[in-house]
Amino acid sequence: MVEFALPKNSRISGGKTWPKPAGATETREFRVYRWNPDDGKNPSVDTYYVDVHDCGPMVLDGLIWIKNHIDPTLTFRRSCREGVCGSCAMNIDGQNTLACTKSMHDVASGGAVKVNPLPHQPVVKDLVPDLTNFYAQYASIEPWLKTTTPTPQKEWRQSHEDREKLDGLYECILCACCSTSCPSYWWNSERFLGPAALLQATRWVTDSRDEATGERLDNLEDPFRLYRCHTIMNCAKACPKGLNPSEAIAELKLKMVERQI
Amino acid sequence: MSGPSSMRTPLARVRNLGSSHSGTKDFWRQRLTAVAMVLLIVPVIVVVIMLLGRNHAGAAQILGSIPIAIILLLFIVASVWHMKIGMQVVIEDYIHNEKLKLASVMANNFFCIAVAMASIYAILKLSSGV
Repeated sequence: MVEFALPKNSRISGGKTWPKPAGATETREFRVYRWNPDDGKNPSVDTYYVDVHDCGPMVLDGLIWIKNHIDPTLTFRRSCREGVCGSCAMNIDGQNTLACTKSMHDVASGGAVKVNPLPHQPVVKDLVPDLTNFYAQYASIEPWLKTTTPTPQKEWRQSHEDREKLDGLYECILCACCSTSCPSYWWNSERFLGPAALLQATRWVTDSRDEATGERLDNLEDPFRLYRCHTIMNCAKACPKGLNPSEAIAELKLKMVERQI
Repeated sequence: MSGPSSMRTPLARVRNLGSSHSGTKDFWRQRLTAVAMVLLIVPVIVVVIMLLGRNHAGAAQILGSIPIAIILLLFIVASVWHMKIGMQVVIEDYIHNEKLKLASVMANNFFCIAVAMASIYAILKLSSGV
């Protein structure tokens, strides 16, 4: 059966409250999930106070400030700090999003900024999830142009209209906010490909230059790979790029019906 | 499914036994039966209201009408089919033990067929005035 409670070794217990920074006139409380694979303890939630006048406005700025000024052991992924790399995806105040594009002032109620790793994934350390399965699912949809016709001398041509059909699909940065917000993906992530991989699958099925459309649909036509999507729409709500994976999945289902009826 | 200690590569685990090339028929039938029920629900409610408070003879007289019997039969087929597919989706979502899942899907099929047969038999019996 599906497990509705966390396994014993994943239950959160205790946590340290770090002292407020000396001399700060205004602070913001951060409650951050901590787990260290080496100390054998259960995860905890540590409380930090960030000096908002010495720190940028985004949640990622706050985390970097904590790492630099309070606790260098705090572990998280980050790179571009402008929402194009997808590294700093995490659960902030109950919503999966990118720490670099989420302002700490937008966190509801003005209370503590609660930061957790992406839900329902194994944790490597602190805020770093293990996305091995997620990336393997992306690889399984074979995200590259597949053709039989000999490669033209210059380029594969595409009309403006056909190129427009890729809008809303190609912008995905594979941050995993959508897939890890999907209850269907929580229950069946070994078999359901999840919104991110399926949005990418739609991107290649839609591409007018690709010659393997039918093969791609064959590969997806499965009660688990595709049809675990029940249009819950958490994916569209979570996507920090404003994309709509459930709409992309609906397009796939429509194509499945179209080729049978 | 292979456990986390398996030495299979992540891609081998995702590909697993491959695509079953099925699921679209159930997806389509679920939509088909949903639309059918939308069309049938008003006439069915009217028939049920007509049947309220009638005795056996009165009910048999109403169900003796061919259109009314057909409407009820269609509604039973559409709703039971819809119920069968919907319940199977729930079972597949939540039950991960393969044997328990197969047994549950089987029980779901038996239950739905039994409900459909009992309802169809009752309508045919009444409408033929026996």
